[in-house]
Amino acid sequence: MATSLDSAQGLSRRPPGRPARAARLRVSGLFWRHRWAKALLLLAPPLLAFVLVYLASLVALFVSSFWTVNPLTTEIQHVWNVDNYTQLWNSSVFRVVTLRTVGIAAAVTLTDAILAFPLGYFMARVAGGRSRAFIFVAVLLPLWSSYLIRVYIWRLILDDKGVLNWTLQKVGLPAANIGYSNWAVWLIFAYVWLPFMILPVYGALERIPESYVEASRDLGAGGFTTFRRVVLPLALPGVVAGSIFTFSLTLGDYVTPLLAGGASSQFIGNVVYDQIGSGDVPSAAAFAVVPLAVMGIYLLIARKLGAFEAL
Amino acid sequence: MEQRATRIALVAWSTLVVLFLWIPLALIMLYAFNKSNVQSWPIPAFTTHWFRAAWTSEVRTSLWLSVRVGLIATGIALVLGSAAAFGVDRFRFFGREAVSFLLVLPIALPGIVTGIALNSAFVAGNINLSLWTIVVGHATFCVVIVYNNVLARLRRSSPSLIEASQDLGADGWQTFRFVIWPVLSTALVAGGLLAFALSFDEVIVTTFTAGSQNTIPLLILGYIRLGQQLPVVNVIAFAMIVLTALPVLLAQRLMRDTGVLRRTAGNVTEAVESAQITAV
Repeated sequence: MATSLDSAQGLSRRPPGRPARAARLRVSGLFWRHRWAKALLLLAPPLLAFVLVYLASLVALFVSSFWTVNPLTTEIQHVWNVDNYTQLWNSSVFRVVTLRTVGIAAAVTLTDAILAFPLGYFMARVAGGRSRAFIFVAVLLPLWSSYLIRVYIWRLILDDKGVLNWTLQKVGLPAANIGYSNWAVWLIFAYVWLPFMILPVYGALERIPESYVEASRDLGAGGFTTFRRVVLPLALPGVVAGSIFTFSLTLGDYVTPLLAGGASSQFIGNVVYDQIGSGDVPSAAAFAVVPLAVMGIYLLIARKLGAFEAL
Repeated sequence: MEQRATRIALVAWSTLVVLFLWIPLALIMLYAFNKSNVQSWPIPAFTTHWFRAAWTSEVRTSLWLSVRVGLIATGIALVLGSAAAFGVDRFRFFGREAVSFLLVLPIALPGIVTGIALNSAFVAGNINLSLWTIVVGHATFCVVIVYNNVLARLRRSSPSLIEASQDLGADGWQTFRFVIWPVLSTALVAGGLLAFALSFDEVIVTTFTAGSQNTIPLLILGYIRLGQQLPVVNVIAFAMIVLTALPVLLAQRLMRDTGVLRRTAGNVTEAVESAQITAV
């Protein structure tokens, strides 16, 4: 950056036109010579806001998970202990809820990967420009349309008197009656987060150069071998990147189980929500650390698999 | 090239997946015309009555709150998000990786964690829940949307454009006006539209930061839980699907047409990158 000094000084030596411009040039020159000042000016406001509001709240949450609530006065007692965590560890209810949440999140991720991969493959390697653009918009619009509305419509579809049972009856099949159950929760999550899987999978498949596939064929590999040994390994980071979204979003949700689940569909989010409602912030905070820890482990594995390059 | 049978299978599968995505959306738009109070299938009779009946004072108040929150949060996000993107893209400094990792935390962490973290911070700081607490909650993830959009665009533009402008004698303002702005403007508009759409739709963080106020999603959530006013919910659903389609299609076009930097190869990737970001 040493040479740049000359050009900045060259600018300020120039006879000033209007005074405003001269002042602006001086400021520009100042920032050019002191690049750190510009960096500070750009980065300080967003980072300060971020650290003071977001990170401070996260830390406050973590700290409050080591406090307890007085059962009589429902006031928070600022006494350090790990009671909330031991209670969590020993309670079978919490264990069941955690297993259910993580299990359904994994099932949703798997379902979305199976639904998305052939579509992404079709978009990236088979479809013409026009149908690719059409599918792209057809995937993007549901992604951005209201989450709540998309959950609500499935409530109507899966209802006993909904479209699903009506259709099944028309074609002579028995009624499904999966409304307000874990099946409904799984199906709705898979529906709602599907676009988040399609886009990165498509992105990863699209980046595979055609010459790699041709080289594989020239070396005598059949279509399936080429797919398994060349395309699939290169597309895997895209799948993992998509799975971060499907997994994390399912893990932290409480609205779908609340609206579309049954009596035994409680997620971590629902328990946390209820605890907050009853004023027990410390217990809620302790339980909220569980999805945080699960997500942390998941992100570490994802980074090993190269998902962050595919994001 | 794929075999004929493979291609047919791929076409069939893709069609089914797209139908799976769209049939529910088409259905809810039909339900908006359902004459009955009972939301069963088949719909017994059709009416446009509910479109007028849905314009209640409750809906109006919530709509106004949602619009204000969305606009303020988007404004904050545009300023802070693009400043952060410039800083991270243009400067090499200690902890740069940590900063770019920190900034995407609000979308990587489960929404409920953000929600209760902010809630307990507000309670601890004796801050009454108001319009501004909702704005703070939304701004955390709106900033990330703008940041990602602007960063994706900056990574595709060359820093030598700015150096060239300065070598030709432009001051900071002129460089911004004639070089940076034409490159960035569409990314900013797209990021702003997406941030607004996201804020307008947010439920999970909002429940913890709104208190007794109702944004549009909170109002609908309440109606659905109690099974009340479902015809009104149907109409709002219809309106929201139509209204989110417009900004998203617009943002999509803007991210594709990059003006100064028209480059075919990068466009799809940028669109993919900017599309897959969310908080929900």
